[in-house]
Amino acid sequence: MNSPEQQLEKLLDECKTLAFDLNFTYAKDWKKQSKNRLLVGYLPIYVPREIIHAANALPVGIMGVGDRKQIIKGDAYYQSYICHLPRGIIEMALDHNLENFDGFLFPAICDCVRNLSGMFKIVKKGKFTRYFDYPQNFDALIGGVFYRELLETVIHDMYLLNGVKITIENLNHSIKLYNINRRLIEKIYDIRQEFPWRLSAVDVYHIIRAGLVITVEKHNEILEEVVSLIEKDSGEPLDNIRVVVSGSFCEQPPVGLIKSIEMAGCYIVDDDFMLGSRWIQGDINAATNNPVNEIVKSFLEQSAPSSAIYDVANPKGKRLVDLVKKRKADGVIFCAASFCDPALLDRPDLQKSCDEAGVNHINFQFHENTGQFKVIKEQAGTFSDSIKLWV
Amino acid sequence: MSNPQEAIKEKSMIIQKEMLGNLFTELSTAKENGKKVVYTFVPGNLTELILALDMLPVYPEINALQSGMRKKSGSYIKDAEKIGFSEDVCTYVKCDIGMMLNGNIGPTGEKLPDPDMLLLSYTGCFTFLKWFENLERLFPGVEIAMLHTPYQEDGRITDDQVNYMVKQLKEEVIPKMEKVAGKKMDYNRLSKMLANSAKSEDLWVKVLESAKNVPSPIDSYFAGVYYMGPLNTAFRGTDMALQYYQELFNEVDDRLKKGLLPINPEGEMKKERYRLVVEGPPNWTNFREFWKIFYDMGAVIVASTYTKVGGVYDRGFRHEPEKPLESLSKYCMGCYTNLNLEQRVDLIEHYIKEYKADGFLINSIKSCNSFSAGQLLMMREIEQRCGVPVGFIESDLVDPRYFSYANIKNRLESYFQMLEQRKIIMSQEATV
Ligand code: SF4
Ligand code: SF4
Repeated sequence: MNSPEQQLEKLLDECKTLAFDLNFTYAKDWKKQSKNRLLVGYLPIYVPREIIHAANALPVGIMGVGDRKQIIKGDAYYQSYICHLPRGIIEMALDHNLENFDGFLFPAICDCVRNLSGMFKIVKKGKFTRYFDYPQNFDALIGGVFYRELLETVIHDMYLLNGVKITIENLNHSIKLYNINRRLIEKIYDIRQEFPWRLSAVDVYHIIRAGLVITVEKHNEILEEVVSLIEKDSGEPLDNIRVVVSGSFCEQPPVGLIKSIEMAGCYIVDDDFMLGSRWIQGDINAATNNPVNEIVKSFLEQSAPSSAIYDVANPKGKRLVDLVKKRKADGVIFCAASFCDPALLDRPDLQKSCDEAGVNHINFQFHENTGQFKVIKEQAGTFSDSIKLWV
Repeated sequence: MSNPQEAIKEKSMIIQKEMLGNLFTELSTAKENGKKVVYTFVPGNLTELILALDMLPVYPEINALQSGMRKKSGSYIKDAEKIGFSEDVCTYVKCDIGMMLNGNIGPTGEKLPDPDMLLLSYTGCFTFLKWFENLERLFPGVEIAMLHTPYQEDGRITDDQVNYMVKQLKEEVIPKMEKVAGKKMDYNRLSKMLANSAKSEDLWVKVLESAKNVPSPIDSYFAGVYYMGPLNTAFRGTDMALQYYQELFNEVDDRLKKGLLPINPEGEMKKERYRLVVEGPPNWTNFREFWKIFYDMGAVIVASTYTKVGGVYDRGFRHEPEKPLESLSKYCMGCYTNLNLEQRVDLIEHYIKEYKADGFLINSIKSCNSFSAGQLLMMREIEQRCGVPVGFIESDLVDPRYFSYANIKNRLESYFQMLEQRKIIMSQEATV
């Protein structure tokens, strides 16, 4: 019988492998096991995975290649002043990493992802390609209706491929599974808020990112096990400060960067790395006769703050400060991908909100394949020291 | 003594100058005269709605490009960077924010009035949304209306999309505008303006299509950005705009009949050597120098995608007085940067063929992901489909740090050599 530490170690290894399998082996094997199964790839940040699951399809998060794949062709498709994420994704598409995927969804988060949807059409990848143009109008009768029509279109795209009709029962069932998934993820964050030494930020990252490429059922099993293991006391607290990391919602920072922040003396008690998995805040009603509407409603009313959402009625700055308070954090590290207009254009106002609320902050930029962390580590270390000294 | 062509040319320019002068006078006295001011964007603009409610539009993009031309953008951008804006982001936004930080002094040297309303018609560019979020914070409490324009992801405008936009207009945007204007929308007046818009658009298309002639009487890019001004900004739907396009058309038609070539800042071009289609906005900080490289080489831009950011009228769209809100919605969705990449490639291919272009050139703008992301693939597609030499240069809209004259000139010279060689080969083949 393995010790709890060994069990956790094993789980973490498994998640790490899954999270960075750029060939999506698990997903492709899953598809082979039965006919009528589909693979639907989606880009950051959010798509309602429930509708894909209910259509006997596996939603697969494509979060970029990070520092795990050399970019050769991708650089010939993108100018130097465009962020790194899309060049890695086009590289994967051209290198056949995405073979056997049936469709692709490109959420409306920025013009790079938008235009990448067109590039997939031109290079003819996937049997369907949709720019997932979620509404920026949050009135149920306006944006809500439009969003519902968008969901119906995607449901129809999948139906044309596998003939599976989504029923009320199976969509409610899918919603239930993803509710459990979100609750378990939040549970992990809540435990880490109290005891951040029990699981490192990198471990959490691997665990959540693994969930993007496997079935929700399997991910829920993993999460349950992790929760039960970290509920028990383990490890020793370090004299670290507690930070929220903000801005890395799309292109992902290299794991080395996350590690560097923690090694520099900052426990990351919340972040927006895998924002799509935590997009809907709270449960979606899974007991109605109109589950598609419940998904629409959840988007309109329960979306997490994000640079991809028009926020004038619900400013992100205030929400960030509230999160800092909720997580009892000592400061914020703004950490956004270079050339990312949405994240970087939010930064001044978010910083201002932090200043007004007396929240300390630092900021830096990264590329998903950044290899040098010395400066970042030093900056985070100085930040940690200054907070320890003055707070 | 000026020749008759120059005199005619001057007339449309005088009209445009007068229109702009009047607008800025009105803006400078807006607060005293109780006129409400609406800040809004060029692509997918709702000018007729603003004017029909007797409000005055201000276009932050135009202010930014004017600041670029007046060599003020560099310091504005740095000021925005000082308050936390990254070097990496769109410089139009930073230039605009910098201008506000420096007292919101507009192109005429007078202070622009603060907005009474921000009308975020979010068409073809995600950054617009971020821009207006930032403006809203600079003018807290200002009325703000958002019009989400769906993207033509499937290469067409669907009924669902039109309904979504019309509902936003009817139930949110127009009521907010009416509240700020203090009056109800007069739909008869709006329809009359839209009828005027359509007439101006007919004339504009004729001007654009004059470049199908060899040689072309106009430059559709460098001069085109002036020609498109009234239609893309504060004047669409007005009698003045219609008069301007009538005048412009007359001038161009006259040039065509006389076999005259395009006018540039140094006079009239004498020989058309290369006919080009250009994709992407121009650089504004060094606009004249940039233009000169082309006319010195005898290169005429016969069609450009940039002159379609405010509407792709040459593919058939017209504002429709009978269906005002539907047609405004379709207008927003039809602007160039709201087309998907395949549509953009198709349009460029059409231009190259219809306008008998010798080559295709991209001026890729560092600031602008909406234009730039995907351009390298577009370039390959065009090369394959059309077999014309393609060229690629890089600059920025208003950040002088990203305009390298020597670099651009070198690249263009190599490109023109390529075009020349191809011409020689083709003429040899034709004689064999
Ligand atoms: S990193 Fe930013 S700019 Fe790049 S694709 Fe993601 S959201 Fe868009
Ligand atoms: S990204 Fe491009 S279209 Fe958007 S505001 Fe900047 S320059 Fe204009």
